[in-house]
Amino acid sequence: MWRDRLLPGLAAWLVAATPAQAYVVYVSNEKGNTVSVIDTDKWTVTDTIKVGQRPRGIEFTRDGKFVMVAVGDDDTIDMIDTATKKVVDTLPSGPDPELFTQDAAGKILYVANENDNTVTVIDLEKRVRLGDIQVGVEPEGMTVSPDGKILINTSETTNMAHFIDTATRQVVANVLVDSRPRFAKFKSDGSELWVSSEIGGTVSVIDPTKHVVTGKIEFSIPGLRREAIQPVGIDITKDGKTGFVALGPANRIAIVDATTHTVTKYLLVGQRVWHMAFTPDEKYLLTTNGVSNDVSVIDVAAQKVVKTIQVGELPWGIAMSPR
Amino acid sequence: MIRWLARAIGLGLLATPALAAEPIEIGIGYLHYAVIKSTLSLVEQPAENDGFAGARLAIEDNNTTGKFLGQHFSLDERRFKDGDDVAKAAAALANHDSFIIADLPANELLKAADALRGHGTVLLNAGAIDDRLREEDCRANVIHVAPTRSMLADGLAQYLVWKQWKRWLLVVGSHAKDKLYADALRRAATRFGAKIVQERTFEDTGGARRTDSGVTLIQRQMPMLSQQAPAYDVLIAADESEVFASYLPYRTWDPRPIAGSAGLVPTSWDAAQDQWGAVQLQNRFIKLNARHMTALDMQAWTAARMIGEAASRTNSSDARRLFDFIKEPAFSLAAFKGQPLTLRDWNLQLRQPILLADGRMIVSVSPQEGFLHQVSELDTLGVDRPETKCKLH
Repeated sequence: MWRDRLLPGLAAWLVAATPAQAYVVYVSNEKGNTVSVIDTDKWTVTDTIKVGQRPRGIEFTRDGKFVMVAVGDDDTIDMIDTATKKVVDTLPSGPDPELFTQDAAGKILYVANENDNTVTVIDLEKRVRLGDIQVGVEPEGMTVSPDGKILINTSETTNMAHFIDTATRQVVANVLVDSRPRFAKFKSDGSELWVSSEIGGTVSVIDPTKHVVTGKIEFSIPGLRREAIQPVGIDITKDGKTGFVALGPANRIAIVDATTHTVTKYLLVGQRVWHMAFTPDEKYLLTTNGVSNDVSVIDVAAQKVVKTIQVGELPWGIAMSPR
Repeated sequence: MIRWLARAIGLGLLATPALAAEPIEIGIGYLHYAVIKSTLSLVEQPAENDGFAGARLAIEDNNTTGKFLGQHFSLDERRFKDGDDVAKAAAALANHDSFIIADLPANELLKAADALRGHGTVLLNAGAIDDRLREEDCRANVIHVAPTRSMLADGLAQYLVWKQWKRWLLVVGSHAKDKLYADALRRAATRFGAKIVQERTFEDTGGARRTDSGVTLIQRQMPMLSQQAPAYDVLIAADESEVFASYLPYRTWDPRPIAGSAGLVPTSWDAAQDQWGAVQLQNRFIKLNARHMTALDMQAWTAARMIGEAASRTNSSDARRLFDFIKEPAFSLAAFKGQPLTLRDWNLQLRQPILLADGRMIVSVSPQEGFLHQVSELDTLGVDRPETKCKLH
C-alpha cells in the first residue's frame, strides 16, 4: 500500500533528476536461465524473462525489435521480442553457442560454436544457416571490424585471433595471443584490435592490417595474486581514448589509457566481473558481476561506481538498446 | 643429435609461417604398462585406453591449432608387458619421437629415463605420483605432469582443515603404496594443523574383488574395522591398492564421512568437473572416446598439450628448444582449472590445483582460500622448494 503511493513519486523525481534519455539493458543470467531487463532511467529491473538453458552471449538486433541470447545448453539462440518481452523464436546456431556478432546491416549473424571448432554463419532475415567456418579449438570471442570486411574469432585452446574475410568466409590470418583468449574488440576507427586472455592475464593489442601483436596491456593489483587477474570483457570509448577491461575474479574493472596502453585506475565492482556495455551516450558503463549476482553502474566521466543493481543468478552477458 | 641438427636446419629454412608449406612433423610417443588395475567399484574400472585416450584428444587439439601454423602432431603408442625390457621399449620410441608420455610405475619410469639420458628425448610422467621421482630420484629429462601423493594429500588436508574436520582416523592398507599415501597424509596433517587420533591397518588377505554375496560380509567387516575409535571427525583411508576403502562409506561404526581413497577423493581431474570451461573438454573427450574422462586421461592430455603449446609459441619442432621453452618461467598452460599451470623449475613438477571429488560432483578445489604462499599458492600443495631433495643435472 505504502509502496504503491511512494514509488510513482520517487520515479518521477528520478526522471526529473536525470534528464538523460532512458535506455533499456538486457542482462543474461547464466545460472538463472533468465534475462533481466533494466531501465537506465530508474536503474531498476523492470522485467525478468524466462529463456533457455545457460544464457550467455546477448545482443539486440540492429532494429531494436529483438534481443538474441545464446542458450548454450539448448544448442540454440533465443529471440526475445522487445515489445512483448517473450521468447518468440530460435535461431539455428549449431551446438553450444556462447558468443556471437552481427554485421553492420544486421543481416548476417556469426556464432562461435565451442563444441565443434566452427563459426556458424546465419541469415538473420530468413533465420537459416548459411554455412560454417573452421577455426581453432573452442571458438569464443567474436567481433566484426568497423568496415565490415573482417570477422574476428578467438579460440580459447588454440590461443589465436582468427581473421576471417567476411566476403569469402576464409581465414586470412591467425595471430597467436596469450592463453585462453575470450573477447575481441576493435577501436571504432579500426586502428587496433584488443583481445583479452583470461588465463594469460593480458590484453593483446593487435595491428589489424599487419596481423601482429604490437603491445600488451598488463595488470597488477597490490595484494592480489597474479592468477586472480583474468581479463574477459572489453569496451573502448568511441573516441578511442579510454578502454575498460573486466578482470573476472579480481572483481575489478581496469581503466586503460588506450593510447599508451597502460592502466590508469582500477574500479572495484562486484564479484567475478564478466562483460560490460556503455549507454549510447557513453555517460555510464554497466558491468555484469557473475558471483555477486548484480550489475555495477560506472559513471564514465567521474570514473566511479555509482550504483549496484541486483539481477538474476550469475549474470554474464549484457546488451544495451540501440536507442 | 644429427636428427636434431637436421630439424633445426629445416626449420631455419621454413621460418616464415607459410601455411602452404609441408607441415612440420612432431612425433610424441606414449609408453604404458599393459596391466590394467582392478578396482573395487565396477563403474570405476579403467578402460583399456585409460590415459592414452586423453593424449589422443590432445593430439587432435594440437592439430587443429597446428593447421594454422603448419605443424602436425602424431602419437605413437607402445605397451610394455611384464618381462619386457622397458629401456628397450623407450629407446625404440625415442628413435621416432623426441617426447614420450609415460604412464609407468616408478622403477620402470626411472629405467626408461636413464636409458634415454643423453639421447635428447624428454619423458613426460603422466602416471606415477611417487614423490621420490621429484625428490631424491629426480631426473633432468623427466617432466612430471601427474600430481604427487603429497600434492593430493595436501589438497585434501587444506579442505578438511577449512571445514574444521581436524580429527582424523587414518586406516592404511598393507601394501607399499598405501603406506606411501599414509606418509603423505601424516605430513599434510602436521603441515596444516590436523590431528591423526589413531592409525589402523587393513591387512590385505587376498581374495576376489567381485563375489556374488560380497555385500553381506562387508557390511559386518567395516563396522568392526572402525569401532572403538577415539573421537574423530573424518575417517581417512589410504588404499591405493583398491582393497577396502570403497567399502567404507555408510558402513563405519560411527556415522562419519570418509576421505582419501574413497568418499571425498583428491584428484587431478574428474568427469564431473564443469567449471572454467571444462564442459567443452569433457564434451570433446566423450565425443572422441565414448566414455568419461579420468584423471589419467587428463594428465596425458595435459602432457601432450604442453608440447603443443610450446610448439605453437616457439613455432618450432626442435625438441631441445621446446623443452627449454617449457622450463622457462613464462611458460604456462590453460587446463580448465581456473588458473595457469606452470612448472616448478627445481624438479620439473607441474603446479596444479587439486580437485576434491565425491564420485558425482566436485566438492571443492584446493588450494583453499587463506593458505598463502610468497611465490604461488599452488606451492602450498606438495613439497616446496626449500624442502626439496632434488638436484637436477
